Amino acid sequence: MGFENLLLGFSIAVTPFNLFVALLGILLGTIIGVLPGLGGANGVAILLPLTFTMPPTSAIILLTSLYWGALFGGAITSILFNIPGEPWSVATTFDGYPMARRGQGGQALTAAFTSSFVGALFSIVLITLFAPVLAEIALKFGPPEFFAIQLLTFSSFVGLGGGNPLKSLVSILLGFILASVGLDIVTGQLRMTFGVTELMKGFDFIVAVIGLFGIGEILLSVEEGLSFKGARTGMNLKVVLETWKILPRYWRTFVRGAFIGFWMGFKPGGATPASFMSYAFAKRFSPRGEHFGKGELEGVVAPETAAHAAGVAAILPMITLGIPGSPTAAVMLGGLIIWGLQPGPMLFQEQPEFVWGLIASMYTGNVLGVLMVLAFVPLFAAILRIPFAILTPLIVVVCAVGSYAVHNSMIDVWYMLIFGVIGYVFKKLDYPLAPLVLALVLGDLAENALRQSLIMSQGSLGIFFVRPISGVIVAIALLFFLLPLLTPWWRRRRGVPRVASAAPRH
Amino acid sequence: MRAADLVTALALIVLGVVVLVDALRLGIGWGMEGPQSGFFPFWLAILLVAIAGLILLQASRRATTAPFVTAARFRPVLAVLAPATAMVLVMEGLGLYVASALYLAFYMRWVGRHAWPTIVALGLGVPIVTFVIFERWFLVPMPKGPLEAWLGF
Repeated sequence: MGFENLLLGFSIAVTPFNLFVALLGILLGTIIGVLPGLGGANGVAILLPLTFTMPPTSAIILLTSLYWGALFGGAITSILFNIPGEPWSVATTFDGYPMARRGQGGQALTAAFTSSFVGALFSIVLITLFAPVLAEIALKFGPPEFFAIQLLTFSSFVGLGGGNPLKSLVSILLGFILASVGLDIVTGQLRMTFGVTELMKGFDFIVAVIGLFGIGEILLSVEEGLSFKGARTGMNLKVVLETWKILPRYWRTFVRGAFIGFWMGFKPGGATPASFMSYAFAKRFSPRGEHFGKGELEGVVAPETAAHAAGVAAILPMITLGIPGSPTAAVMLGGLIIWGLQPGPMLFQEQPEFVWGLIASMYTGNVLGVLMVLAFVPLFAAILRIPFAILTPLIVVVCAVGSYAVHNSMIDVWYMLIFGVIGYVFKKLDYPLAPLVLALVLGDLAENALRQSLIMSQGSLGIFFVRPISGVIVAIALLFFLLPLLTPWWRRRRGVPRVASAAPRH
Repeated sequence: MRAADLVTALALIVLGVVVLVDALRLGIGWGMEGPQSGFFPFWLAILLVAIAGLILLQASRRATTAPFVTAARFRPVLAVLAPATAMVLVMEGLGLYVASALYLAFYMRWVGRHAWPTIVALGLGVPIVTFVIFERWFLVPMPKGPLEAWLGF
């Protein structure tokens, strides 16, 4: 049954219009991935208003393609400019940039793109196989199970996210509080508006994403005084083919990276730790491990495979459970709601064209993507040679346009500026932004799931524990929440000295 | 860093208290439709106040002398933020296209010291491209001012 559905998907994804949309998305996405201050989440947020008039399937293809492009684009800046465009490409700079300095930029880029492609493909195949099964299971879920999964989503930020767990919690709470501002659809009451008409509409997550990630990132990068000293690309067909001859040697690294990426990626906030973990494993198991960090091809393969596998895997919980695995997937989920689709397991039954069109477009999008970036690397790299005094105002204008377009309202443009300042301060103080955005997107859904569960149980929280599926999930979630408290205790007991956390900070 | 951490935590506590007050007004118990409107925000706010309080304690014990940001490094941040705020203000009256043209031109001249031909080309080009993409292709209207009205849009 799965195969027929996939064929149906391809019949939708391979129409000329949808292929064009995919190409456009990859092109824009790669540009966005290369530009500082614009990343996947915020590129998708800015473009979202443009998709309101498109058919939903084409719209999601545009946005997912943009996401693939941004994933590829991140590798370009990491390798050539030593600037990770996205947090998950930090590990790519370790060996990618030294290679580029040595004049092997072409090899490093080819390896990065190929690894990204392999990682993505691995995740897409797994999604094709498992998404329908997972959706089938999720159909039996009631409000308590959905609330339990939400809890699990947020607990993994606290328990596995690295950084200060208290600050992760604050980000989550703040996101939920912002989400509850405005009209309460259940009772019809106004919440936290204090008589201010502008607050009645609440805060839109798209504006928050553009402000927090876009403006905030710009402020941070001008403070750090970014200067782009790029290495030459050194990319041509000969280099590509020669690199492809070497790459199969690292098949173990590919397989390991892909598994780590998928496993980490379908839980929230997974791509960055996945890339670091894959890098660490490759360093440990490679016979040339001690050369890592000096420009080892395998050191580019490992993080890129995992990051891209994780990035793709983040789509799985979004389409099957209605719970996004990353901020970018969260914005797409918001898009689904705006296009009039109900995210979650019912999609597979009610909108098979949409779901399978999306899954098939993930294959076509990534094939187009890898070919395009391989062919046009020098062009994309040239973007960073645009003077900073032109790029900065340009990005600010694009952000303002995107924020206004969401609701055609000026107040959103002001919110964008305010969120920009909050993003700048939070990033400097190590408050993670991704959980805030996820909470803002999921706020209403989570609250409704909680309310409905409590109505079912007439007010008893016990309902989350007595139902078997939600009981198990809630137990795991609680474990994750307590993990930051348990880990030091566990280390003391085993007599392991406290080592500096290897968790990535950004 | 420490001062900024303390101020942020305090601000979060204040926010939590504000939410708490409003949640109490809305009712945090059991109503006609199950949990009342204030139920969810109430518990969020309680947790926020508690956790921000812990962060406050943590930060007050930490003795770091590193400043949040030095004046020299904050100058470029302000140089982005102030003109951007001015642009949004101008946008209120003159619309997005005129505001973005002025903003681009100002920033390129003031920060980048670019030559006038580049400034004029981009200052006019970017708003025109934006106009074509948004108003024409995707039919998404942007805020417009007297200039657009005079041109007949």
